[in-house]
Amino acid sequence: MSTVEKTSQRPVSTYLHKRPTFRLVALLALPMTWLIGVYIISLLLLLVTAVWFIDPFTSKVIPGFTLDNFVSIFSVPAYLSTAIRTLAIALAVTVVCILFAIPLGIFMAKIARPWVRNLLAVAITLPLWAGYLVKLLAMRLTFTEQGLFNWLMEPFGITGPGFGIPVTVLTLAYLWFPYMALPVFTAIRQLPHNLFDASADLGAKGWPTVFRMVLPLITPAIIAGSVFTFSLSLGDYLAAKFVGGSTQMIGSIIASNINLNPPVAAAFSMVPIAFVVMYLVIARRTGSLERM
Amino acid sequence: MLRFSRGSRWLLMAIVSVVLIFIYAPLLVLILNAFNERQISAWPIQEFSFKWWVVAYESEAIRAALLNSVIVAFGAMLIAMVLGSLVAFALSKYEFFGKGTVNLLVVLPIALPGVVTGVAFSNTYSNFLTPAGIQLGYFGMIVAHATFCIVMVFNNVFARLKRMNPSLQEASMDLGQGLWGTFRLVTFPQFRTAFAAGALLAFALSFDEVVVTIFTAPPGVDTLPLWILKEMARPNQASVVNVVATVVILLSLIPVYVSQRLSRTENEK
Repeated sequence: MSTVEKTSQRPVSTYLHKRPTFRLVALLALPMTWLIGVYIISLLLLLVTAVWFIDPFTSKVIPGFTLDNFVSIFSVPAYLSTAIRTLAIALAVTVVCILFAIPLGIFMAKIARPWVRNLLAVAITLPLWAGYLVKLLAMRLTFTEQGLFNWLMEPFGITGPGFGIPVTVLTLAYLWFPYMALPVFTAIRQLPHNLFDASADLGAKGWPTVFRMVLPLITPAIIAGSVFTFSLSLGDYLAAKFVGGSTQMIGSIIASNINLNPPVAAAFSMVPIAFVVMYLVIARRTGSLERM
Repeated sequence: MLRFSRGSRWLLMAIVSVVLIFIYAPLLVLILNAFNERQISAWPIQEFSFKWWVVAYESEAIRAALLNSVIVAFGAMLIAMVLGSLVAFALSKYEFFGKGTVNLLVVLPIALPGVVTGVAFSNTYSNFLTPAGIQLGYFGMIVAHATFCIVMVFNNVFARLKRMNPSLQEASMDLGQGLWGTFRLVTFPQFRTAFAAGALLAFALSFDEVVVTIFTAPPGVDTLPLWILKEMARPNQASVVNVVATVVILLSLIPVYVSQRLSRTENEK
């Protein structure tokens, strides 16, 4: 009887306790209203704007239906080459990150003493939070004409590459390197010790073990990391603007058209989305996304 | 055991050194240039001075930008705290159709390139809301920031809730507490550090964000990153930017450090 009395004292709690579905709806109502009402609707409106056009005389956006904006991605040579260049830069950044992350991961996981390992883990994570723009500025100061790089290389008679595609790739790699280095390090660290023992017992030295055992086993981690380095580079345009000289990326076209010709900017926004989705589909096929 | 020859070890160590130099040398150049006496940053630095720190301290524009950054980050953090925790509760306790989709929705604003998110908001504000007579202005920037900050609170709270023992809550209810009493006395004390850690990360994320801000900031309003961006776009790099950038490094590391401490003390218990 006392239970009945207690429940009757808390009608709201009793009501909710009996109805888990209602509780779930109550929990999700506000966040879903926000995410769908604000964000998804905005994305859909962007897609809608992509089929509108602007009045050539007043430059006002006119609702209607045209696929010209999408066609222009392929038909305007400058647009198409920018899309391809951006894709190439994003892939190059990913390759640079992989090439440095693997030796670093092997050193950290297998050679370094524990305190060195911990120190390196902190040293690699820390810049992730130093601020995007700050790092961009730092790279600009380093590679500018009177910067550190040229000063260091002067005795060797080398002058730096100057602002252009190579420095853009380097800067983007600098920005996103932790996203590759950390999963690769974690994956190498989690490999069972007895695999290394087995490999050594079977006569394999350091490098053959790395190439024939470690690399195949950490491929999922590399792919997971590459999703970040690839998609973050793909959408970036400030690096190209500040250290790329005259380099243009997809983002540059979107940003420069958002006020002049919103429908073209909207259509172009679909390009990085398409690339990222394609990359994710390929990555998912390899089965490495489940471990993220 | 993974055995390398002496030469290979040296090679690996050399690569690690290159990586570390590559990561920290540019940041060091930046911080040292904040003390450069000259107006235009260059290396090597001829003369050191605190001149630009005084200039930065006295600048009205920088102070206004800092205030805007703090207001926006604080507003976005508050919204993200509420929405992120609600989603975390729903996803950690219930199995339902479309769970994966809800998870994707939370991650999407940060997974898509910033320029796409920024353009989507800007397009909605200027081509749909403004013609309909709705001017979001300053609040539009907070809305956009809150949207991509939700995931920070969500991740932290969700991870903690997953590890919590559900029988404690059941015991509390068996002992006669209602949902609110159970939440206040049993559930909240267990996840409040994760809640605070997530909130701090959300603040740091918003404070540092630049691309979405470019497209959603109302005319004439600068956040600190926007102010840096505008100064960077000038042909001659002024040393005062380095002062502000150094301050931003410090300001974004503090919330991250505190948030790490919060998560760690709880994990050690």
